[in-house]
Amino acid sequence: MSIIENHKTVGKPLIEGAKLSANDVCVFYGEKQAIYNVSLDIRQNEVIALIGPSGCGKSTFLRCLNRMNDTIDICNVTGEILLDGDNIYDPKVDVVPLRATVGMVFQKPNPFPKSIYDNIAYGPRIHGLATSRVDLDEIVEKSLQRAGLWNEVKDRLHAPGTGLSGGQQQRLCIARTIAVDPEVILMDEPCSALDPIATAKIEELIDELRENYTIAIVTHSMQQAARVSQRTAYFHLGQLIEVNSTDKVFTTPEHQLTEAYITGRFG
Amino acid sequence: MTDSTMTTRQKVEASMKRRRAAETRFRMYGMASVLFGVLCLVVLFGDIFGKGASAFRQTVLTTEITLDAEYLDITPASDKRALMNANYEGLIKQHFKTEMKPSGRKERRQLYSLISAGAGWQLQEEVLNDPSLIGNTISIELLMDDDVDQWLKHERGEETSNNRLSEKQLEWLETWVDSGALHTRFNRTFFANGDSREPELAGIRGAMTGTFLTLLVTFLLSFPIGVAAAIYLEEFAPKNRLTEIVEININNLAAVPSITFGLLGLAIFINIFGVSRSTPLVGGLVLTLMTLPTIIISGRAAIKAVPPSIREAALGLGASKMQTVFHHVLPLALPGMLTGTIIGMAQALGETAPLLMIGMIAFVVDVPSFIGDPSTVLPVQIFLWSDSPERAFTERTSGAIMVLLGFLIIMNTAAVMLRRRLERRW
Repeated sequence: MSIIENHKTVGKPLIEGAKLSANDVCVFYGEKQAIYNVSLDIRQNEVIALIGPSGCGKSTFLRCLNRMNDTIDICNVTGEILLDGDNIYDPKVDVVPLRATVGMVFQKPNPFPKSIYDNIAYGPRIHGLATSRVDLDEIVEKSLQRAGLWNEVKDRLHAPGTGLSGGQQQRLCIARTIAVDPEVILMDEPCSALDPIATAKIEELIDELRENYTIAIVTHSMQQAARVSQRTAYFHLGQLIEVNSTDKVFTTPEHQLTEAYITGRFG
Repeated sequence: MTDSTMTTRQKVEASMKRRRAAETRFRMYGMASVLFGVLCLVVLFGDIFGKGASAFRQTVLTTEITLDAEYLDITPASDKRALMNANYEGLIKQHFKTEMKPSGRKERRQLYSLISAGAGWQLQEEVLNDPSLIGNTISIELLMDDDVDQWLKHERGEETSNNRLSEKQLEWLETWVDSGALHTRFNRTFFANGDSREPELAGIRGAMTGTFLTLLVTFLLSFPIGVAAAIYLEEFAPKNRLTEIVEININNLAAVPSITFGLLGLAIFINIFGVSRSTPLVGGLVLTLMTLPTIIISGRAAIKAVPPSIREAALGLGASKMQTVFHHVLPLALPGMLTGTIIGMAQALGETAPLLMIGMIAFVVDVPSFIGDPSTVLPVQIFLWSDSPERAFTERTSGAIMVLLGFLIIMNTAAVMLRRRLERRW
């Protein structure tokens, strides 16, 4: 397997009225190039799944969407990513409001070593979203309800968040992200550390969240991609090979690499 | 596959004996090393405790003495100055002269030399505390000379050739012992007094206060500076050549012999900035130089140990760099930082060499009351006493070492407990 010269993404990467739109994005780690000229649009209220073999750059691409890659010194991004038409890589853009708008859920549940309440309340507190204690209580409750965790934790809001089970912790992290009321939620393999039952709950949740948010999810599980997403993007060695509706990708893939991957010939 | 007739299993079994022997040998080495370490510690502590335990007892003579107003030439109404300057020492001599009836000047001198030079001050203190005692007979435990102290604690009943006490003196002492007047009590003086040329009057109060003030200065300077430096270097500084050089030099600084810091302190703080020498202030400044690298290095290690996932979580929510550090990283790194600080302070507590260079070796009798007063510190006091010819100072040296070790053990235990208490798992 090697990089395909002058590959042009097959399928329909570009759409009308995109919420997020990447244009010719390249990512370099020092000398090494990790992403090659990726252009991809993400629609409002859709779940897009990014799939591909390990090291194909799907997580790197996801982390470009809220500039989490900025924390890595040697990481360099070229091209532009438009959020509602504004380039988030414009030097004038501050990452703080950007990350409040484009939230992120990580691979491993990473609640703060604080109480469940404080975990949720942290974002609203730093952004000044709540004007009173009652307001904050309401945000916490609403976020936990949306994340489907309220009934399980309402009696122990002040117990440490790290004391929850893995699946509950991940839903806590999702609730924490929702609490800042973002427009886009990025999920980097949110279920890879969870058992099938917890995974099912999260998938259900993702489907519900779609009503209000735009979601991009990186996953290693093709079944998961098929279950939760409307569109699927297949990455291969830093290139975006194919983007199509999820049905089409999993039934009649256009590119031979996509077909090879989804039929399990490598990956 | 050298021996084709043996199966793999047979080969493994054949090699087991050798492997077990190697393991047993290694365990023996390990146990021997631990044993050696423990033995050294036992010998050290045994020696110090054996010599130093008697430093906490002190020989006194209980006696009834009349505060003769006429002889002292004072009344309860006299002003403080007169009360202070009255001839208490003469009164004590007078008292013992009439009681023991020495014959001739030589015996008189021998009698007086049994009583500590500080006995007069004891009387003075009693009178100053309560002037109405003048004219009355009071019972008081008078301090005895260090020779008497050593004799009662160690030599009494033993045949010793190099006795510093004469036949007549021993006779008096025996009568006092028999009557129960001469006895030992807890050595309050050791904890209440500053240094003195008279061993029975010498104490560690001055050195302890000096140590406390010096460490206070060290802590107040090195903790905030060290933590700030650690946070900046670890979280904010760009990773370039300059910060690399800074990092290497911090590590170098931690390895610099401590006496060098003393010379630096002498040259810079005292000669250039004119900080008065021999004070806890300059001592604290010098020890800060020494402690800083320890705090910075341990602080950075503590920050590094905070899992990156916590940082990502905060950044992903839109927290700024500063908020991420102060709300999440610092609270988690603090136990490690505090542990490093306590260990650094414990090091500073035992440090002697640099303080010699900045004059803290001076003979200071007064207990310092603020950071600008001349003072000494415990380890330097130990050094000073260990050099003194009087035998009574030997046990005081060991006594002071025991106190210093006590502080060290307390600080290190605090560090371990703090780490256990505040340690969080994630």
